[in-house]
This record gives sequence, C-alpha cells and structure tokens, in this order.
Amino acid sequence: MIRLESINKSFGSHHVLKDVSLTVDRAEVVCVIGPSGSGKSTMLRCINNMEDISSGTISIEGQPVYRYEKDGKLIVDSEKQIEAIRAKVGMVFQSFNLFPHLTVTENITVAPVHVLGRSRGEATDIAMALLEKVGLSQKAQAYPHELSGGQQQRVAIARALAMRPKAILFDEVTSALDPELVGEVLRVMRALADEGMTMVVVTHEMGFARDVSDRVVFMADGRIVETGKPHELFSAPKQERTQDFLRSVLERNREMGAAPSR
Amino acid sequence: MLTTFINLFNFEGIGDYFPDLMRGAAISLQLTFCVMLIALPLGLLLALAKIGRSRILRIAASFYIEVVRGTPCLLQLFYIYFVLPAFGIRFDPFMAGVIGLSINYSAYLAEVYRAGIVAIPHGQVEAAKALGMSRRKMLRLIILPQAIRVVVPPLGNYCISLFKDTSLVSIVTVRELIFTGQIISSTNFQYFTVFTIIGAIYLFFSYPAALLVRWLEKRMAIGARRPPVVVSDVAPVAGTEAVEGTTKS
Repeated sequence: MIRLESINKSFGSHHVLKDVSLTVDRAEVVCVIGPSGSGKSTMLRCINNMEDISSGTISIEGQPVYRYEKDGKLIVDSEKQIEAIRAKVGMVFQSFNLFPHLTVTENITVAPVHVLGRSRGEATDIAMALLEKVGLSQKAQAYPHELSGGQQQRVAIARALAMRPKAILFDEVTSALDPELVGEVLRVMRALADEGMTMVVVTHEMGFARDVSDRVVFMADGRIVETGKPHELFSAPKQERTQDFLRSVLERNREMGAAPSR
Repeated sequence: MLTTFINLFNFEGIGDYFPDLMRGAAISLQLTFCVMLIALPLGLLLALAKIGRSRILRIAASFYIEVVRGTPCLLQLFYIYFVLPAFGIRFDPFMAGVIGLSINYSAYLAEVYRAGIVAIPHGQVEAAKALGMSRRKMLRLIILPQAIRVVVPPLGNYCISLFKDTSLVSIVTVRELIFTGQIISSTNFQYFTVFTIIGAIYLFFSYPAALLVRWLEKRMAIGARRPPVVVSDVAPVAGTEAVEGTTKS
C-alpha cells in the first residue's frame, strides 16, 4: 500500500532521515514512536509529499511518487500527480488546521466538491454521515472557533475521511490537546482502525500504540531503530536505544501519575 | 476671539461659486471611484505576481512596486501629463489623473494584499495541500477568503486617503475641489472662506467613511477568530507581518 525505500532527507546540512525504509500494508495500523527530533513527523510528511525527499523512492499503491533517473538525478513528479496522491492519502495535523472561515460542514465538503468534483448535495450527505460517525452531528453549522480542540480534531479527521482516502497519516494529532480531550480523538481513531483503515500514526500515546497498532516503529536520530508487533516491542525491545526510550517514557508516565493506557 | 474668527468669513458671492465647489467635489469623488475600480484588482494581481512562482513575474511586480513607491505621486502625474505627450501619448487631465493615481495606489495596495496573504498561518496552506488542492484552488478557496478579512480595514483606509490625494491631480489641471478653490479665490481673494469650506467638504465625506472603516474593522475581527495556533516542531507558522507595516508614508 505505502512503500518507502531508502529515504534520505536533509534540511540544509541537517540530515533528518537516514536510509529509512518502511512498508505499510492495506488495513494495517502502524504507529511511529520515538523521541522528538527523531524524524518521525518528517517521515510521515514525506509520504504525501508535504516534504521533498533528498533521495529514495516512495510508492503509493505500487505507483511511485519519486523515481530515479539513470544518472542518479531525482525526477520529481508533476504537480498534478502529487495532488492526486494527496487526494488519496489523507492527513491529520497536530494543530487541526481547520479552515476558520468555513463551517464544519463546509470544511468537510470543500475538497470533495472542488478536488474530486462531487456534487454539493452528495458531498454534504457524506459530511453528515461522517459527522455522525465522529459524534458531532449537532455541530454541522458551527464554525471551528466555536469548538473545543478535541471537537476540532474530530472534524479534521472527518475532513480527511471525506476524500475517501486509501490511507490516513496522523501527525501527533493529540499532542496539542488538553489531556481530558485526548480520549475522544483516540476513540475515533480506534474505530477507524477497527474498520480496516490503513493508518500511519506518529504518536506519543504509548497506550494507543500498544493497543491499536498492528506494528510499532521506533525511530531515533533519523533512523528506524526497531520495528515489531506492539507486544513484542513494548515488552521485549531488542535494541538498547528502544529500551532507553521506553524506560524514560514509562518513568515520566509514572511521575505524572498518568495511566499508561487510555 | 470667536467673533474675530467668525468675522474672517466673508460669504459674499458664495451663491455664485458654491455650485462650482460642488462640481469639484463630484469630480474628486469620481476620481476616487474610478481609481479604486482599477487599483483594487490591479493591486491584487501585483500581490499575486509577487508571491507567485514565476520568477519573471515576481521580479516585474517587485520592480513596479518599488519604482512607484520610491517616487513621488506628483512626479508620476507630471510624467503622464507632460512627458508622455512628447512620445505621442496624450490624455485629457481627468484620464491622466486616473491613470497616475491608479498606478500609485495599485503599488501600495499590492503591499497591503501581500501582507494579508502572508499573515495566513502556514497550517492553512498545509491543510489545503494535504487535501490535494492545487495552488490556484488553495488561493481561491482558502487563502484569499481569509486574507480579505485581514485586508478590508486597511483597504478602507486607503480609500479615504485616496479621496484626499485626489487633490494632487489639481497639478494637471483637473477641476477637482482644490483646483476649483484656487480659481475662485484668485478672483475674489476670499482665501480663508473658500479653503475653509473646501476643508469642511473633505471632512464631510472622510469622517463618516472613517467611522465605517472602524465599524468594519470590528466586524472583521470577530469573523477572523482562528483556532489556537500551535507551534509544531515541523511546520513553522508563517511570519505574521503586520498589515499596518505597509502604511503609506
């Protein structure tokens, strides 16, 4: 479904992704964990071309986004192709990024109408069904600033779903939320996972990663250090770097008295 | 004191020249209207060119804006009215005034639009891109509708400022308020009375307009409430340049 092969990415002299390879199968939920600055968000953003990669190949459904030319020069796909990829792979952001001048319904219908060419009526029907799914039917006519962070994030998920994406990328979607609002967003994501949505989730929510994901990827210093089934990776991490990270996270959770699982 | 002041007024013959002043005011308003009709869309095009991807358009727009903003409006008017005829390009005074002021104001308005567009948080661009929108759709559906709210109050202020700046075209003999006042006072020598009346006429139009802009400003501020901007470690929030930074000097 999603395939990254030897991705390298530099911001100037700063090498943020080093030879990253990852395959995500259809209906698979992959959680990416790791310390901040480890490149996990950057990797996610490379999947739908929000960031240009320096070298490597990304394919979505077997269709490469980047190709190598013979002399090693990177050929960047045309803008149209990149837009088509983005329409197929949804993304949800840490800071929600709802459109403040549009109502909740318009936020959800704007792309289906103007990018996919759906009729307004059809798009609105889809939006209503999605709002019901994320539990916000009564907020259809509200503006984003009238919603709580958790509600805004649920609308953002509905907005991504309205494109009927093949996969959704979640970029630390609960990091900007007040602690008591995290649960409602994770519940929606859990329901999506149960329905068989392909998801790549960059998260600090270890409980979610352990309970919901099919596979956990641990990243540090721009590399994928370890990949495994959640119970394996969390209970018996093979790499020292992973052990250190999990230990520090557990300690912090204990200090904060937070339940490790939500 | 007050009586001395009142005694300075001499309303003799006002019935004869007041209609002329009204005609002058009408021409000032016409100028304002015509120039805004041209400068508002032209300024937007310049702003889009300046933030666009075409290098040539970017350079051309920057050049135009810098040259226009770096030279006096009076000089531009002189150029159009007195220099261009040497190249066989002739305009009547009103047309020369409209063209000169349009050129001048489009450059300033371009900077207002640009600041408004730049002030939109980068997350909006990201969200639009992630939904597969092309640059054009993103501008039309997401960026410009939000930028307009930011930009309407400063644009309103420029409208008012333009109304007053129409007095500049008296230099190319357009019979607007100031030019009319000069003609009248040079024959009846009632400078005080004539120019005080003219001042009152300007104020009569500018002040309500300023109140309207203030009201718009409040309304727009309510409509422009945004979700809290979160600083993410990956996506820098675009520099929020103050629109006030482009105030005409």
